[in-house]
Amino acid sequence: MKEKQTLYKYLLRMGDDSLILGQRLSELCGHGPILEEDIALTNISLDLIGQATLLLEYAGELAPEKKTNDELAYLRIEKEYVNALLVEQPNGHFGDTIMRQFLFDAYRKPLLEKLLDSSDKRLAGIAEKALKETKYHLRHSSEWVIRLGDGTEESHNKIQNSLESLLRYAHELFFENEVDELLIAQGIVPSAKSIFPIWEKTLHAVFEEATLSLPKNNWKFQGGREGRHSEHMGYLLAEMQYMQRTYPNMEW
Amino acid sequence: MVNESKIWEHLEDVYDPEVPVLSIVDLGIVRAVEVVKDHVSITITPTYTGCPAMQTIEKDIEIKLKEEAISSYEIHTSIAPAWTTDWMSEMGKKKLKDYGIAPPQDEVDKSVLFSDPLIVPCPKCDSSDTKLVSQFGSTACKAHYQCKKCREPFDYFKCLR
Repeated sequence: MKEKQTLYKYLLRMGDDSLILGQRLSELCGHGPILEEDIALTNISLDLIGQATLLLEYAGELAPEKKTNDELAYLRIEKEYVNALLVEQPNGHFGDTIMRQFLFDAYRKPLLEKLLDSSDKRLAGIAEKALKETKYHLRHSSEWVIRLGDGTEESHNKIQNSLESLLRYAHELFFENEVDELLIAQGIVPSAKSIFPIWEKTLHAVFEEATLSLPKNNWKFQGGREGRHSEHMGYLLAEMQYMQRTYPNMEW
Repeated sequence: MVNESKIWEHLEDVYDPEVPVLSIVDLGIVRAVEVVKDHVSITITPTYTGCPAMQTIEKDIEIKLKEEAISSYEIHTSIAPAWTTDWMSEMGKKKLKDYGIAPPQDEVDKSVLFSDPLIVPCPKCDSSDTKLVSQFGSTACKAHYQCKKCREPFDYFKCLR
């Protein structure tokens, strides 16, 4: 019983990261800087929302009171969402969007790779499916970080600033508490600590190529994993939940 | 009398709504067909997790089964093992090319970063002098390319492994 509840909490984190980042990217539909990027970012959004569907569906089955993935996605209150603060940050300019995506993809890919060996077969199956998509996401965001960082003086300065303002939110991706402890012991999930060095290595390799430097300060913000969100989250949820709140149980 | 091979034949007539030259069998998204005492059970798998075509495909299968006067059936969706472009039939690849979409190339996807650019021949003039315009095309499963020889822009069905 305890194990079910714990896995539920872990799946919510993963599902909420995917859902909220997918929602953020969907805001760019029709607003991308160029047509190709408009299509790319919304395709990535679609993948993330697809992944959230699978993760929240599974979570809903394990929930203390059974819930559908739609109920979990659209009918929780702000403090019940446990996504990391990074993914709810606004799109800002294109450099901000790409840097947020890169910091997330560089974490998500090794996480999914390790989940392939999960003792929970259903989670391993979701990871296998999501990994194939995430490889493309990481390739896309890395290439843009390099292109912007090693581009013009203006693009370099802009994305360097994006890195300075977003990195402080990224450390929260490696948050661990008693949920992780229990699941790690059962071989269901990897420890966040084992993913951190892989994430760091990807950052170093890409930033070197992109001529970007890591911020000197070591600020770390956290709270999202425990339901304490930044101001931006309320606005995001208001838009995302509007239809379900206004027309309960509506379907397309 | 309903049997499995007959059902597979019927499914050959159900086309992917996004790539209407490919049947769902060519695409490799039909994973299993089972017939037990006239009850048909079909398992399909999505290409991408967020594929918006899955519901349409399921409906199209139902319509086809009803046309064939099959009333006892169920359709399941399974995500594991995960779909790969390796499941696309050779026939499917040929149909794609004839339609103007470059079929998936044998892509070694070990180095996600800084990999050598993949050579995707132009489906119109077969030139290998093409360039990647965007990693993401009109649907999640495609990338956008342009031929430098005949100047034709084209879709590439991405290799997914």
